[in-house]
Amino acid sequence: MFTSVDDVSARLAETGYLASPAVATTVFLADRLGKPLLVEGPSGVGKTELAKAVARVAGARLVRLQCYEGVDESRALYEWNHAKQLLRISAGRGETWDEARTDIFGEEFLLPRPLLTAIRGDDAKVLLIDETDKADVEVEGLLLEVLSDFQVTVPELGTVTATRRPFVVLTSNATRELSEALRRRCLFLHIGFPDAELERRIVRLRVPGVDTALAESVVRVVGALRAMDLRKAPSVAETVDWARTLLALGAGTLDETVVRDTLGVILKHQDDIQKAAAKLDLDAL
Amino acid sequence: MNADADTDLTARLTGLVDALRVHGLRVGTGETVDAARAVEVLGLADRELLREGLAATLLHGTAQRPVFDAVFDLYFPRVAGGPEGGRPADRDGLRERLAAALAADDTALMARLAAEAVDGFGGYGSSPGSDGWSSYQTLDRLRPQTLLARVRDEARGRDGAAGFGDRLLEDEIRRRIEEFRRMVAAEARRRVAQRRGRDEVARRAVAPTADRVDFLFAGKDRLAELRRTVRPLARKLATRLAARRRRAARGSIDLRRTVRGSLSTGGVPMRPVLRRRRPARPELVLLCDVSGSVSGFSDFTMLLVQALHDQFSKVRVFAFVNRVDEVTGLLVHGAADPEGLGARIRGEAALTGWHGSSDYGAALGEFTERYADAVGSRTTVFVLGDARTNMADPNLPAVRALSRRARRIHWLNPEQRSRWGTGDSAALAYAELVDMRECRNVRQLDALVGRLLPV
Repeated sequence: MFTSVDDVSARLAETGYLASPAVATTVFLADRLGKPLLVEGPSGVGKTELAKAVARVAGARLVRLQCYEGVDESRALYEWNHAKQLLRISAGRGETWDEARTDIFGEEFLLPRPLLTAIRGDDAKVLLIDETDKADVEVEGLLLEVLSDFQVTVPELGTVTATRRPFVVLTSNATRELSEALRRRCLFLHIGFPDAELERRIVRLRVPGVDTALAESVVRVVGALRAMDLRKAPSVAETVDWARTLLALGAGTLDETVVRDTLGVILKHQDDIQKAAAKLDLDAL
Repeated sequence: MNADADTDLTARLTGLVDALRVHGLRVGTGETVDAARAVEVLGLADRELLREGLAATLLHGTAQRPVFDAVFDLYFPRVAGGPEGGRPADRDGLRERLAAALAADDTALMARLAAEAVDGFGGYGSSPGSDGWSSYQTLDRLRPQTLLARVRDEARGRDGAAGFGDRLLEDEIRRRIEEFRRMVAAEARRRVAQRRGRDEVARRAVAPTADRVDFLFAGKDRLAELRRTVRPLARKLATRLAARRRRAARGSIDLRRTVRGSLSTGGVPMRPVLRRRRPARPELVLLCDVSGSVSGFSDFTMLLVQALHDQFSKVRVFAFVNRVDEVTGLLVHGAADPEGLGARIRGEAALTGWHGSSDYGAALGEFTERYADAVGSRTTVFVLGDARTNMADPNLPAVRALSRRARRIHWLNPEQRSRWGTGDSAALAYAELVDMRECRNVRQLDALVGRLLPV
């Protein structure tokens, strides 16, 4: 899919995703080694966005499995279409048992769910397993077969093996420790907060109207906030939101009043706002 | 690539993996093979790409990254080869250039200057640059922290003092200087490795991951790092307890009632009857030593207690030095910053009598007298402390009385097990009466808390 690490950065940038060297390298490796990519990091740094960008670059279909507590085999892998099976049985009165049985467990009655969809078919696909940590431990066991051999076993049909391996991205917010077995099968990538230079470029790409000086001071203030040990450090998404807000307010430069009034856009806890205001001397006015 | 270079690279890679394993990272053979493939695909031309590639294949978590980075620097150094040597060190000139690099935030230049600084000032021993390299000596001679005012003025002169960003400048420069100190340390470590063999240095000179640092010996910045790990720990604890509660609610089969029910279906047990569980209402009592000798540990446990507070409805927390006082009210969730918590407890609660050193005997005695009603048959008691009584009477009868009344008592001791009972420690005496466990670092705490807490 890619020829070099620089190629990855360049083509991701074309679709509007600015990747750090670490991200580009790992995506390149995941493609070359054919291994799934496990992405961890704080919320709002573009974990899900990465999968979407890779799909856009590769011209592949994005198949998404959103994990939640209680997601199970019939939501993740496949399900038999019971209603249709019943219709088939009642339509075929007078058949022998053998005819009916072989028939109703055919492809026609199978409802493929994301994992099976990603494996079947010859077109290029990107499989995104979002918020893997929200799913129960049993689902991880389910993923192991899919991620190591790219195959799914349906008892009535046999084993379905991928003819073309999908590019797999798993994301996690680390609310639960994922099992060692799952981690072993993946390349690990931690997306942290970007460095100042990259974040400036992200802001200017996402908020086209913002001028260089304002983008720079926004990124500096956010950088200072991140160093403060707050309950929830502002993420890239918040930086972009803030830049948008400032643009909408028509603020050309940052000053005490503007920062104090808009601090709620970047910080989401009252204690954090108070702490940040104290440290930035906003109360001095 | 010829065969020689190939074996050298393989040896380097396996050496790196071995060093990681020494530091408690679990790296399997499969990962090592993946790492080798990554090296093949990425090539050796770009060191940072190689670093990211190896990290992606060998690591499984974020906490392992600092250890990996330090070990990587040893096995794949920035420039192979010895110091250039011979050039007289020019301290003022170097400071000059460092100030310019700090003002411009030029990391590549800073790294070059770090190498030069270690080269010029870090060598010690009989002849110049022969015996060893010291980052401490380098930084002591160079004193980068004294450049702060100058760099600030320089940056101000360039960008102008106006604007909101000006108030952030000092902190930013401080962070850059800190970064430079790290570079010097890494460079000195690399040079020592060249001399003494990198395997040995990798084993000794690389700091362990945060969850394996002893509470009692953790420095200030290490404690801050630990504090950050507590938050995920609390969340993990919440999910683990929720899962255990779910399982516990399902219950087991009540055979008598199942058989009785099966009579109506001709003796075939069609519908299994589950034993109904009495909903448990676990109560927790925590007794925390907050004296100076265990301050690293106690600050930390207070945070954990705060996290527990969200999970259990009935938690009562008592702090003691040589007197006991209830501090439950001070632990209201999210009320204030965690750093000040320990200080506030020491400030607002009456914890000390005539002197300031801890006295377990007196404190436990007072607890059984004043707060006897806090402990009942449903209560699990956690005592957190090092059991060093300062030669006072350990008051074993009080502990005995407590253990008779409580459902269970666990004692978490931040000291190494081999040091229990030495000096003024009454740990072994207490350990005979209650279940005492070693709890020296986050890893142990994590394992213990998950296992010991009642559902």
